[in-house]
This record gives sequence, structure tokens and C-alpha cells, in this order.
Amino acid sequence: MYPKELKKSLQKVEATREKRLGVLPKRMSAKERDEVLQQYHPDYKPEAKRKLKVGASKGAIVPHEVADLLEAYPAIRAKDIDLGKVDYETDLLIIGGGGAGTTAALYAYYNGVKPENILIATKLRHGDANTMMAQGGIQAADKPHDSPAIHYLDVIGGGHYANKPELVAKLVMDAPGIIHWHERLGVMYDKKATGEMITIHGGGTSRKRMHSAKDYTGMEIMRVIRDEARNIGINVLEFSPAIELITDSTGRVCGAVLFNMETEQYYVVRAKAVIMATGGFGRLHIQGFPTTNHYGATADGLVMAYHLGAVLRDMDSVQYHPTGVAYPEQIVGLLVTEKVRGLGGQPVNVDGEQFVHPLEPRDVEAAAVIRECYGRNKGVVTPTGMRGVWLDSPLIDIIHGEGTIERRLGAMFRMFKRFDIDMRYEPILVFPTLHYQNGGAEINEKGQVLSVSGPIPGLFAAGEVSGGVHGKNRLMGNSLLDTQVFGKIAGESAAAYIKKVKVDKKLSLQHVDAYREELKKKKIKEERRAPMVIPDYREQKVLSRAIDIL
Amino acid sequence: MKMVKIYIMGKEYQVPEGLTIMKAMEYAGYRYIRGAGCRAGFCGACATVFRKEGEYKLHADLACQTTVEDGMYLVQLPFTPANKAVYDINKVKADDKALVNFYPEIARCVSCNTCTKACPQELEVMDYIQASLRGDIQGAADLSFDCIQCGLCAMRCPAEIAHYHVGQLARRLAGKYLAPPAPDLAKRVKEIEKGVFDKEVKKLMGMSINRLRKLYNERDIEPEEEEEPKREAD
Repeated sequence: MYPKELKKSLQKVEATREKRLGVLPKRMSAKERDEVLQQYHPDYKPEAKRKLKVGASKGAIVPHEVADLLEAYPAIRAKDIDLGKVDYETDLLIIGGGGAGTTAALYAYYNGVKPENILIATKLRHGDANTMMAQGGIQAADKPHDSPAIHYLDVIGGGHYANKPELVAKLVMDAPGIIHWHERLGVMYDKKATGEMITIHGGGTSRKRMHSAKDYTGMEIMRVIRDEARNIGINVLEFSPAIELITDSTGRVCGAVLFNMETEQYYVVRAKAVIMATGGFGRLHIQGFPTTNHYGATADGLVMAYHLGAVLRDMDSVQYHPTGVAYPEQIVGLLVTEKVRGLGGQPVNVDGEQFVHPLEPRDVEAAAVIRECYGRNKGVVTPTGMRGVWLDSPLIDIIHGEGTIERRLGAMFRMFKRFDIDMRYEPILVFPTLHYQNGGAEINEKGQVLSVSGPIPGLFAAGEVSGGVHGKNRLMGNSLLDTQVFGKIAGESAAAYIKKVKVDKKLSLQHVDAYREELKKKKIKEERRAPMVIPDYREQKVLSRAIDIL
Repeated sequence: MKMVKIYIMGKEYQVPEGLTIMKAMEYAGYRYIRGAGCRAGFCGACATVFRKEGEYKLHADLACQTTVEDGMYLVQLPFTPANKAVYDINKVKADDKALVNFYPEIARCVSCNTCTKACPQELEVMDYIQASLRGDIQGAADLSFDCIQCGLCAMRCPAEIAHYHVGQLARRLAGKYLAPPAPDLAKRVKEIEKGVFDKEVKKLMGMSINRLRKLYNERDIEPEEEEEPKREAD
């Protein structure tokens, strides 16, 4: 049920629905896309960003929130930590228990690392990650009229040609193999009775290659790979995020300092190799946007890798998902999957008019929604003053038959129903929301993290923390794929590396102190600390009266 | 701002009305370590048990998806120590005994339906346990598909069943053994292994941006599904 003030606009949406059925606006030309991006996409506002003053990517332009974090002082100094006592000795340390980390663990195991010699350290619980929340699907060019080459072109065009070609090639060539692996693990993909995968379009795809498991695709994949990791007996340490990496005396990465959030003590982990699978930065709330991301998405991995000399790329670009919830207030910013548009839902303005093709690439679609609300003043204003546009969901059941929404968009249907909105009969209100870190710590095709002088020995990365795969804009269905493909690659590469590496027993945190010195030299004030670990949403009036006496 | 009174583990706080339980607890001054995950209804980290003033009934729901009400007594479930069976999925036979063999306690189900009432996803939990008991793997898989594994069913069950783990096994068996394998997929994987696409992809990798841009802008786009609109407006 919508409040009274929205009724008039709702009636217009209903009145125009029949006329809109079967008619879509033209897709934009390359020139039109450029124009709307330049004028309305939040990424194209130079005042929202600044040059990094320190580190391997000094001079790179990043959002202020990212710069604040990278120019913050490391939370620990070398002298705070007794590296002489090792709490966990392992072959492979994986930081992060989401899709990329878990798949990395499984592929390290397939490649000869014993489960008891693999340790996943994670900030929340195993599986509390954006992978779990990915709804719409995962891309793979497995249909006869599709090919990895066509997928390649979609990825690199969607990414504004900024992607690293060798990473895109890995992404598209390994995709069918990943889906095949999932099938054998028992992931319940949506299939026809013949076994043929049911696939649909996503924004910016030229073939219908979006595979899904209802609108719980990420959850289904995550549940299965986590179950597999548990069956195999891979060690997991929950509520124990890494806060800095550890090197040996030659600069090779050989462990990390973990922080037990419940007892507030640190642990020293020594490992032969480390895989960083910590996810992205949604909880930094870039430009004040709400986010679709989980509670722990605070870019810790980016910070740790940067302290160690990792090069960043494409960090100037942020993905705003075109359709976050704009009403009701309780769930503002949460994801409305692109699948709603993939199945025929149309974005319409306050007067019930279409203003953009539903499946433009994400950045273009988001910019078009912002233009409609703020450039043309045709948005819908909610009771809290937020603007948004309608996403006309009832079209889905009209096009595909009654029951489609409940069957294929069960998660969305349930979320809105909890707040008394029935998306089968009523449209939903949406506005762009902070969704994805397009760039990250640059990796090569072996999943190694790069410094200015080449791969950092012993350090691998996979998933959202890494940079180069998606260029300046990721397409729907390529992030789940990224976690799986590059998780696999990192696991395989680390396993091969572990077999030949000679471990130096002397552990060091010298790079952390060196980073601190660099900050001091640049006269950056010691006001902030990093990594952030978790955001703080407590009320100011509570914080202002907090005292520390225990 | 209209305020409501809530009791967090018995202690009274005033919070603005209209917040989710999760945001209300943060407003009151709690900073989550456990009890918050995706904050969007997918991960099951914020399972919450509550009672309303003047009632005896215990309700269960997700803190991130439920609005606070005046007079709520709240507590969160930080962890569920339920037992998960360990198996090699390649060696499990997907027959009518599979689920009861790994989870014999499902035979203790007394059909009280408490699990169903506790489920924040409103799944027919008892029905999928009964399906599991009958050996109906597909039924159990389908009925449990939307499970977020929050553990509330297991915590409320008088028969000590770990429903959500039973559902997990049922779904993996259904996905692996009952659904026919996708014919195109295995074929494509073989083609890739044989290097069928290597040349074409390599060519794209070496292409200039201008050439790529031209190809991208001119690429043909597969039409929407048959029943979907084909026309484009002028």
C-alpha cells in the first residue's frame, strides 16, 4: 500500500500500462549515452574525487571516501604485534569467506593443498558476503548461438574498453566450465525439462546468457560451495578479519595479523601464500549513497594490499545500480534485481511515461534515472522527500503469465510484501544505489596482485577487491562469475606456488611502519585509522556520551 | 519524530517509529558484531525472537526486514549449534533413503508445525521435512529452496531436527542427480578445451579500441523472448 500522495501518479502508471505493453524506447546511440553519463552519472562529478597523495598509485584519482581510507594511518604499528609467537601455521591463508574465497579454497584443495592446511579467515560468518545477496544471475556463453568471443565484446564494450584484455579472456573462457562445475556440485539452476538452461538478457548483453536460480542465484551458489567446503573440512575462522598482511624478510607475503572481534585480541597467521578475497567498498557510502552491500563491505583488503605496495586501477569508477529501493524507508537502497527489467518491468516516470530502454548498461540506465528525477523533474517524491521512478513490475505477469513474479522473483516479491507492497499488482519505486567497486588491486591472469615492479610474491586476489576485469563498468551477472573464475584461478595459482616456495622464518610488518612514515612525510594528520572493519551506525547522541572505563 | 518503546534483552529504549529492528538497535547504541550480515534478508545472520507486550506468544523474524513496534521485547540469535552431516556428494545415492540416512532425527517429527511458524521466509518447513521422510527429494528441494539458513526452525523444534541442513542436502541431490544435465553446457566446455574459440578471442584481445568500439556498436542483439515485445517505439 502506498501513501495517499502517491496515488495520483500510480493511477497514471496504471492508465498507461496497456499502451506501453510491447513498446520499448529505442536504445541510446553511443553519443546519447555519453551525454547522459557526462551530465548525470555521479562518477562524472570531478568534485567528488581527489588525487591520492601516497602509495603505489600516488596521483590516481579516487572518490574522497576511498582517499580518506587509504590516507588514514594503519591501525597497528609493527611494535604492537609479537610476531615471534605464531597462532596459526598453514599453507594457504584465504582472507574472506564469500564466493571468491570459498571457491579459491576448493580449487586449492583440488590442486593438492590439504584441507587442514587451508585457513579461511573471515570478518563475519562464512558466507556473509555480497555473493549471498546477488540475485539476478551469472553470465556464461554456453548456448549454441553465443560464444566466449561475443561475451568478450559485451564485457569490454560495457566496461568502456578500460578492462585488461587478458582478464576478460579468462572471465569469458572459464565461464561455461564454472557453470558445469556448479551443476556437478548440485546447484539448482533454472532449467527446462530437457535440462536446457533458462537464460535471459541482462543490461548490456547481446545474447541471453544470464543463468539463474530464481532470484536467489548468489545465495544458491554460496550455499552449495560453502556446504562443499564444510564437507571437505576446510578450516574457517569467523569474526576474525585480517587487519594487515605479514611479509618475510625478502618482502614475500607470508601471513596476516587477524583481529578477533569478540575478544579483541590479535592472532598471527603464518602461511606460504595468501589469497585476498575481501570484497568491495559499498559500506563506505560513496557520495552519501545508500548501498546494496553487506555489513562488512569496507574495503579492508584494498587497504591492506595498498599498505604493501599494490597498484590500484579503475578506482575512479563506482557502480551505482540503477534500481535500488526508494520506498519504503526501511529498505531504502536495497537491491531490486536487474532481472525485474530482464523479465519485462519498465522504468516509468511520475506521469507513467517510459524514458529509457529498460536494459541499457548499468551506468547509462542509472544516469537516465537520475536525469528523469533531477534534470527533467519527472521523478516521484516519496513522503521522506526522496525522489525515484516507478518500475512497472505488474507487466511481468501480464507478459509471462500469472505466477511468474512469485516463481522467478520470489525474493523481491517477499521483500516488498513484508512492507505491504504487492509488486504483482503495484509498481515499485526505485532510485540508483551504490552497488559495486568496479576497480581494485590490479591482478594479472594468474590472480597475482601487482606492485609497481611486478607481481607481489605470495599474494593473490579474486573477486571485487581485485581490479582490471570489469574496466569502468561491470555488467550484470559478471560479478558472481568473477568471484568464481578468479577464485578458481587464485586457488590454482596459490597451490602451484605453495609447492615450490621456500619459507623464510623471519616475519615482518615493516611495510606498515614505512607506510606510516610516508603519510607523516606528506604531513597528513593522524585523524583516521584503517582498515575500517565495520561501519558505525550508532546515533551521534549515543556516541557523544560514550566513555571508556572498562 | 514519534518514538516507540522497545526492550532490547529486557532493557527499555526509546526509538523512532518506522525503523527496522536492526536500525532501531543501532539507534539505541548497539554496534553489531554478530547479528548483522547482508542487512537485506538473504543471509540469515539477524534471526530475532520477540514478544509483544501483553502477549505470551514468541515470534521469530529477521531484524533487517521487520519494523519495530511499540512494546517489543527483542533478542537476537547469534549462532545455531545444529549438527550438519558430512558427505561426499559424488558418493551419495539419491534414493528415497538418502535424507533419512544422513538425518535420522527427521523420523522424530511430530508434525507440530512449530518450524513453519518460526520461518521468517514463510516456507512450509514441516512439509519439506515430511517430504524428506517420504524420500521425496525433489519436493524437499523445491519447498526449501528459499531457505536463508537462519536456524530459527532448528532452535524451535521439539524433535531436535536441523531442518535447514536437511534442505541443503535435498537441494544438492536434486540439482546434481534429479535435474537433467544441460546438453549445451557440456558441449561448450569440450569446445573450449579443444581451443575452438582461442583464435577469435585472441584476435579481440589484440584489437585497437577504435576497432572494438565499431564492432561493439554494430553487434547484433538477440531479440527478447518470443512472448516479449519486439517492436521499438519511434
